Amino acid sequence: MSATVQADPATPAGSASGLSPRRPLGDRVFQVLALASGLLVLVILVLIAITMSQQSTAWFSSEGWSGIFSIDWDPAHNKFGALAFVYGTVVTSVIAIVIAYPVSMGVGLLLTEVVPRRWSQPIVYVIDLLAVVPSVVWGLWGFLILNPWLQTIYAHIASAVNGIWILGNLFGPLNGNYVSGESFFTAGLVLAIMITPIVTSLSREVMATVPAADKEGAYALGATRWEMIRGVVWPHSQVGIVGATLLGLGRAMGETIAVALVVGASPTIASHLFIPGYTMPSVIALQFGEATVGVFRAALIGMGVLLFVLTIIVNLSARAIVGRNARRMRGTA
Amino acid sequence: MAITTDQRQVDLREPSGFRRATNQFATGAMWFAFLCMLVPLGFVLVTVIAKGAGIISWQFLTNSTIPPNILPANIDGMGAAVVGTLEITGFAAVMAIPLGILGAVYLNEYGGNRPLARTLSFFSDVMTGVPSIVMGLFIFTIWVLHFGYSGLAGSFSLACLMLPIVIRSSYEMLRLVPNHLREASYALGATKARVTLTVVLPSAIGGIVSGCLLAVARAAGETAPLIFTILTVEATNPNLFSGANTALSTQIFTNATQPYTGATDRAWGAALTLIAIAFILMIVARLVTARFNRYSR
Repeated sequence: MSATVQADPATPAGSASGLSPRRPLGDRVFQVLALASGLLVLVILVLIAITMSQQSTAWFSSEGWSGIFSIDWDPAHNKFGALAFVYGTVVTSVIAIVIAYPVSMGVGLLLTEVVPRRWSQPIVYVIDLLAVVPSVVWGLWGFLILNPWLQTIYAHIASAVNGIWILGNLFGPLNGNYVSGESFFTAGLVLAIMITPIVTSLSREVMATVPAADKEGAYALGATRWEMIRGVVWPHSQVGIVGATLLGLGRAMGETIAVALVVGASPTIASHLFIPGYTMPSVIALQFGEATVGVFRAALIGMGVLLFVLTIIVNLSARAIVGRNARRMRGTA
Repeated sequence: MAITTDQRQVDLREPSGFRRATNQFATGAMWFAFLCMLVPLGFVLVTVIAKGAGIISWQFLTNSTIPPNILPANIDGMGAAVVGTLEITGFAAVMAIPLGILGAVYLNEYGGNRPLARTLSFFSDVMTGVPSIVMGLFIFTIWVLHFGYSGLAGSFSLACLMLPIVIRSSYEMLRLVPNHLREASYALGATKARVTLTVVLPSAIGGIVSGCLLAVARAAGETAPLIFTILTVEATNPNLFSGANTALSTQIFTNATQPYTGATDRAWGAALTLIAIAFILMIVARLVTARFNRYSR
C-alpha cells in the first residue's frame, strides 16, 4: 500500500498486545468494539441479576423466607408462597429427564455406532426439525390434541394400578376417581419431547470423542457391538453425558409456554402425577397480566429470579463437569 | 477353550446364543428410541398441517385486523401478527447478529487463552441456558417499566436470547479457520482488524450465516419473552418503536385456550405459518452450509 507506513519490528501490526498508539486508529477501535461486544454477555447477566432482584424485594420483605417457601398461593388474600410451583417445576423436569434420557442415549448411540455415516444425515434432520418446532406449537398440540387422548389412557392406567403400593400413589386416581389430561405427567411428556434434541446432540458429541483405537480393540477381542458400547463408549463418555443431561434439565426447568398450556394451572403438591399442577415459569406467564399491584408482581418477578438462579446453578455445574471431563480426556488420550 | 483343540480352526463367526440376542435387542432398542423421537414429530406436523392448511389463505396472511374470538376463521386474518413477528424478529437479528459475531471475534482473535476471554466464553455458554422467560422479565423490568410496551422491547428480549447462540456458533466457525491464512495476511503487512474483516470472517462466513439463521429460527418461535414486552394487540402496528404490538406466537398462546372454534382454527393457522417460517429459515441455513462445504472442499 502506501510507502509511508513504517513497519515496526518490535510491535508488528498484527499483534494483539495492548492498544499502543503505534497501531492504526481503526485497528484499535475494532479491538475495543469486539471487546465491548464480548463483555455485553457479562453485562446482561449482571443486569438481569440486579434489576430483577430490585423489582422483587417487595416480595422478600413482605413474606420473609418462611412466607416465600410456604404452600399458600392466594393473591386475593396477599399470600404468595412459591413452594407448590418449585415442586411442580422439579417434578415435571424430573419426569422429562426420565423419559428423554433413554431416548437420547439410544439415538445418540444409533448415530455414532450403528448407522453408517451417510445414513446418519436423515436422523440428524429429524433431530433438527424437532428442535425448531416452536414451544407454543407443542403447547397448542398438547392442549388440544394430546390432552383428551391422554386422559382416557390415564384413566385406564389409574384404575389398573389403584391400591398398589407406590404405583398407586404415583399413577393412581386422586380422591376416588380423579385423573386429568392436563397434569404433571403430560407436562413432563411434552418437556421430554422438547429437550430430547438438545440432550441427543450433546451426548452424541461426547460419544463421538471415544478413540477409534479403543473401539477397534474391543472388537478385536471379540466383543459384540453392545459389549463394546458397555465396555468402551460408556465409561469414556459417562461424565459428558451427565453434563448433557443436566443441560437438558436446565432447559426443562425454564420452559414456559408449552407447560403453561398443558400443566393444568393448579398449585398442588401431591405424589400423584395424573393431576393438574403448576410450575414456576408457567405461573409467571399465566398470572402476570393480572399482577398489576406491588407484591403480586414482585412475587412473580421474584420467582423469575429464583428460576434464573436455579438454571444458572444447573448450567454452571453441567459446564464444570463437562469441562473437567474434557481436560481429563485430553490428558489421557 | 481347551488346549487340545488347537488343531481346529478358531471360530470367528458371530457369537451365538445369549450374547448375540443381547446385542440384537440393544440395536432394536436404539431403533425404538429413534421411533420414539419420530412419532411425536410426525404427529405434531401432521396435525398442524391438517388443521392449519385449510385456514391459511392470502387473506389470512395479510388482513390486518385480528377479529374477535367468536367469529369463524374465514373472516379477517392474522396479517397483523405476521407483520409483528417479522419486524420484531428482524430487528432483534439486526441487533444480535453483528454484536454476537464481534463478540466471537473477540473470543477467538483477540482473547486467545487469557482469563478474560475464557471467562466470557464460559458465561456465554451459561447464558444460552438462561430461560427465555427470564429474558422477557428482564426486559420488562429494565425497559417496559420505564418506556412502556413496544415491539422494540420484544426485539430486545429476543436479541438477548439470540446473542449467546450467535456467539457460540460463530466462535466455533472462527476456530476452524486455518491459522496459515492469518499468518499469510500478517506477512503482507495487514493490521489485525483488516485480517479479521477481509480474510478470517469471509472464510468462515458460510458457517456463521447458517448459525445465525438457526438462532433467528429459534427466536421467531419464542413466546415467553414476548408476552411481557409487546402486550398482544389485535391490529397491525407498523411502528416498531412505540405502542403495543403483536406476534404469531403470542396470538397462538392466547387463542389456544379459547372455547370458540374460530379462535382455535386461527391458532392452528398461525401455528402452521410460524412452523413454515422457522422451517424455511432452517432449510436456508442447511443450503448455506452445503454450499459452503462445497466451496471449502
